[in-house]
Amino acid sequence: MLIGHQPKPFLLAVEALTVSFDGFKAVNNLSFYVEENEIRVIIGPNGAGKTTVLDLICGKTKATSGSIQFRGKELTKLKENQIVQTGVGRKFQTPSVFEDLTVFENLEISYPRGRTVFGSLAFQRDDAVKQRIEEVAEMIFLKDRLDTYADQLSHGQKQWLEIGMLLIQDPELLMLDEPVAGMSVSERAKTAELLNRIIKDRSVLVIEHDMKFVEDIAHKVTVLHQGQILSEGTMEKVKNDPKVIEVYLGH
Amino acid sequence: MIITSRFFNRSELIGFVALALVLVVILPLSLDVFRLNLVAKYLTYAFVAIGLVLCWGYGGILSLGQGVFFGLGGYCMAMFLKLEASSVENTKIQSTPGIPDFMDWNQITALPLFWQPFHSLTFTVLAIILVPGLFALIIGTAMFKRRVGGTYFAIITQAVAAILTILIVGQQGYTGGINGMTDLRTLKGWDIRPDHAKIILYFFEVFLLFGCIFIAQFIRLTKLGRILVAMREQEDRVRFSGYSVANFKIFAFCMAAIFAAIGGAMFALNVGFMSPSFVGIVPSIEMVIYTAVGGRMSIFGAVWGALLVNFAKTGLSESFPQLWLFGLGALFIAVVLAFPNGLSGIWADYVQPRIDRLLALRKSKSGSPWAGNSVADGAPAE
Repeated sequence: MLIGHQPKPFLLAVEALTVSFDGFKAVNNLSFYVEENEIRVIIGPNGAGKTTVLDLICGKTKATSGSIQFRGKELTKLKENQIVQTGVGRKFQTPSVFEDLTVFENLEISYPRGRTVFGSLAFQRDDAVKQRIEEVAEMIFLKDRLDTYADQLSHGQKQWLEIGMLLIQDPELLMLDEPVAGMSVSERAKTAELLNRIIKDRSVLVIEHDMKFVEDIAHKVTVLHQGQILSEGTMEKVKNDPKVIEVYLGH
Repeated sequence: MIITSRFFNRSELIGFVALALVLVVILPLSLDVFRLNLVAKYLTYAFVAIGLVLCWGYGGILSLGQGVFFGLGGYCMAMFLKLEASSVENTKIQSTPGIPDFMDWNQITALPLFWQPFHSLTFTVLAIILVPGLFALIIGTAMFKRRVGGTYFAIITQAVAAILTILIVGQQGYTGGINGMTDLRTLKGWDIRPDHAKIILYFFEVFLLFGCIFIAQFIRLTKLGRILVAMREQEDRVRFSGYSVANFKIFAFCMAAIFAAIGGAMFALNVGFMSPSFVGIVPSIEMVIYTAVGGRMSIFGAVWGALLVNFAKTGLSESFPQLWLFGLGALFIAVVLAFPNGLSGIWADYVQPRIDRLLALRKSKSGSPWAGNSVADGAPAE
């Protein structure tokens, strides 16, 4: 394996990760490594365990065995909010924004300050906060919707808002679960543009089915099948892998 | 951008002025002392209702056991008052003078250790806040850290209410049992029973109530208030934004407990006794109904809910004692089905827009500011 002669430490090292739900191994002895500033896309058929892998990394699901190291820190022992504070951000498949709050307030909650009970009581909406929120709002095409309640946004706008909420956390590792699913063609193009802008200076782990989109952004692709890695490498390599064509791309 | 730095927005200001007018001017001028004392009793539930607005309305944590905290606050206050009423002089006919009468009836011959510090008023005041606060902290930590929430949490709070009632009734010698602590007389030598004391206590209670309203409003306006709302809808998103959801729930639950306890303590002072019938499941559910009727998202609405439901309860149960409980049940169902935001929701949806339109009309005619008229129209209508 690579471990012996790695040029620099990996940002994320997943090793021998296994999770079993009542005996069913959704993720089975999985190992993969993500480098700094790498954009990694995970693809695979339904039920391959893609979302479960993200759940394991962000702490939503507890691993049965194996290790997840982020900058040398063992994530499997941390709570979800502690994992976020080490610099891992996660976007869910369905847009999960706070619909009873405005776009501004949604972003403000994600601003990484005053995260304790008393910190949030003392939190002041100062210029630094406002400025950063406006900056991010502009990036996610919602600059003039800051006072709109999130339940009035379209599906695509909600997805953008959630991406913005991650962006304002400024995570070193960004995990996105199907960021363009359910979007219109024009929204999809805009999202690709947005993602290309925000993935600079950070590592990104993306789950996506849209192959054209994958080709556009991926540095490296990991194909999962039944909780295990079927193939890994550049898009070119993966696309021509006969095993991948058989279980996934051929359909 | 509409970012209000004001403490109350316009309609909240109207709500505040209307409530202050009713509680400080209209009711004291129009009611006799007996009825005013009844209002004081109703208002003790308003404290609980304000706590439930934070905890249930904002945080989404339904507690069906607020009677526990109301009771703990009430009993702390009652213990102090009972000790003062049980001076050696007052109790010289007992076989052990100087201890509360119910202890003497239960063959207890010395004041139990946990009663001793309640000789001190300072300790009592601290205990009214800290005992329920710590108890809520323990329950909250045990439940929320394990991610017990929703219906399960509500059922557990009910169980706690039932357990505490059984404990109080069972430990008759230490608690006064089913009869509770009666015959409370003086506070630091000041008789709490005559009419003028009732009036002073009423105003003191209204003062505390506004204190709690301000604290609740302050919390609501901080980022913590918005995190509570966020948590109610998307708990996971809050968690994955780097917050410990459990800690925020514990905070909301503790605040609700402390508000309830202040209400309980005022109950003991105003009504002059405390008993387990204000601790159990039924009173706890009634407290949730007050909040639901008033509007669980509105601090002022909750106060109106507590007042109006209790007025109705007194009125109806005086004339149709058997019908009252059915009425209460029907009211709850009606509110939940038809008006999920209670009276304050009706106000915001139907009354407020009309007032606004009227004012806009008047403003365009004369250019006069909005204040004044709406307050006078507003208060009784709600």
